[in-house]
Amino acid sequence: MAATAGTAEVAPHVEARGVSLRAGLAAVAFLLVSLAIGLAVGPVHIGIGAIIRSALSYVPFLHVDQRLGAVDHAVLWQLRAPRVALAALVGGMLAVAGASYQGVFRNPLCDPYLLGVAGGAGLGATLAIIYASAAATGSTWTVPLAAFAGAIVAVVVTYALGRSVGATQMTGALILAGVTMATFTAAVQTFVQQQHTQQLQNVYSWLLGGFSTATWHDVVICAPYIAVSSLVLVLHRRVLDVLSLGDDEAASLGIDVGRARLVIVVAATLGTAAAVSVSGLIAFVGIIVPHTIRLLFSMSYRAVVPLSLIAGAGFLVLADVVARTVLSPAELPIGVVTAFLGAPFFALVLRTSRTAR
Amino acid sequence: MIETRDLWVRFGPVAAVRGLSLRAEAGGWTALIGPNGAGKTSALRALAGLTAYEGEVLIDGRDARRLGRRSVARLVAFVPQKPETPPALTVAEYVLLGRTPHIRYLGGEGRHDRDAATRALQRLELERFAERPLGSLSGGELQRAVLARALAQEAPVLLLDEPTTALDLGRQQLVLELVDALRNDGLTVVTTMHDLTLAGQYAQRLILLDEGSVVAEGTAAEVLSAPNVAAYYGANVRVVEDQGGVFVLPVRR
Repeated sequence: MAATAGTAEVAPHVEARGVSLRAGLAAVAFLLVSLAIGLAVGPVHIGIGAIIRSALSYVPFLHVDQRLGAVDHAVLWQLRAPRVALAALVGGMLAVAGASYQGVFRNPLCDPYLLGVAGGAGLGATLAIIYASAAATGSTWTVPLAAFAGAIVAVVVTYALGRSVGATQMTGALILAGVTMATFTAAVQTFVQQQHTQQLQNVYSWLLGGFSTATWHDVVICAPYIAVSSLVLVLHRRVLDVLSLGDDEAASLGIDVGRARLVIVVAATLGTAAAVSVSGLIAFVGIIVPHTIRLLFSMSYRAVVPLSLIAGAGFLVLADVVARTVLSPAELPIGVVTAFLGAPFFALVLRTSRTAR
Repeated sequence: MIETRDLWVRFGPVAAVRGLSLRAEAGGWTALIGPNGAGKTSALRALAGLTAYEGEVLIDGRDARRLGRRSVARLVAFVPQKPETPPALTVAEYVLLGRTPHIRYLGGEGRHDRDAATRALQRLELERFAERPLGSLSGGELQRAVLARALAQEAPVLLLDEPTTALDLGRQQLVLELVDALRNDGLTVVTTMHDLTLAGQYAQRLILLDEGSVVAEGTAAEVLSAPNVAAYYGANVRVVEDQGGVFVLPVRR
């Protein structure tokens, strides 16, 4: 397979782009600015400088003095910081899971709730809110655990249902099974809810999602799942590119397509279920963030997956800032903010990128 | 070299391939021909390990089942009839995906892989296009990129399912000449083909399938007879033979 004579002089630039320096820096800068805004904005004024000093005072051997008063300190580290951290974890997870689902099903409209995660979590949470609180046994763990369990059960049933159709039409069957599962869980959930209208407000506010009750406890519950899931997904970024060639070609390149798909779906689902269990159902992040990355930087999953993780985190922190400041002291549901801000922004990106090409 | 012994492919109760035995040598081009539904594509997919089969597939004398998927992928490159070409990937990125069987599951490309991809690009004269997105290529250029992707796999066996579908006459010839040059480099080439004249001109050996069974096998002159084409394709043709080869010309009934 020697090169034909005369063509060897110009060595072509053969490299997979991955995350470019520009895109990487832009995403990290976006996240850092979002985090800073998330920590700084609120009814109690705390300056950025004070926040940075306070943060550095926790770093050993630096010997930076803590200058915040006790109240400011508590507002910063017990109210805002866990809320910002949770929003970042959930946003990153939803975005990276959305990107992965889109890759694995080769369908740009897939979101992390595709296989019934949302419906299952919603049903689980509804049951917990209604029956656990009625029995007065509810702890802070009950609702997240029930949501997590509901999400996992729903996805397992969806997967079994899709699989029973056979391997060849599996992706289409899975998506249909997911729709079936979502409809079914929604029906059961609505029924249960209608039987207990006195809890309607609590169920509704959980379903709309949000971080108003975020604590470090929530962060600790979901962080391990989200860390492992997003690590697995980021490691699969090249595999997702191979899968974008279709099942046959990926298999002919030596990839066990069924197993790769299962690993990616399990990782994305576990992470999403953990995120949903502490935040409720936050729409749109899993679609808008990966697509914005695609339009602005690259279509290759090598770039889309890691960038979605970072940008998704920043996006949801900002959305949460809007949710808690616009009607302050009341709060907007964050799902309303992601859709209200996200849709026009996405339309803008779609438009400018089309005129640019 | 790739070989099958008593190969059967079944879809439920239907057998798409019935007891196919073939032997394709290095540096040779074998074409599977036959009417729609004859089992050409099923046979080719079995050779690539993409469909379940009974019987044996031997690659360089080794049982494909025992080799495992990755090892088969290092030995056999497969190009489907309509390859998926994500429009935003650059030609270089796409060709690098051909290195997958040589890269650890969660690994990335190394220098060796970039060199192999570079050689594939050079072999198909695509250097200029390396950084262009696939979406900006013409049909012929795209087909060359697909071949480069298969070539970057550095597999000694190249399987092509209908490599000329959707190309105009000139580009069909161009692609087939390229495949012929690769064969000349020492690859074992097996293709399915619709166009009998082109199949006869490029392949040294034709295997005519009907309802999954081999009904004729040999050189173009031996296989492409008017009675054969009438019997298995239900087509009325005139077969012209001269120094340029065997020409199968449709004639209105």
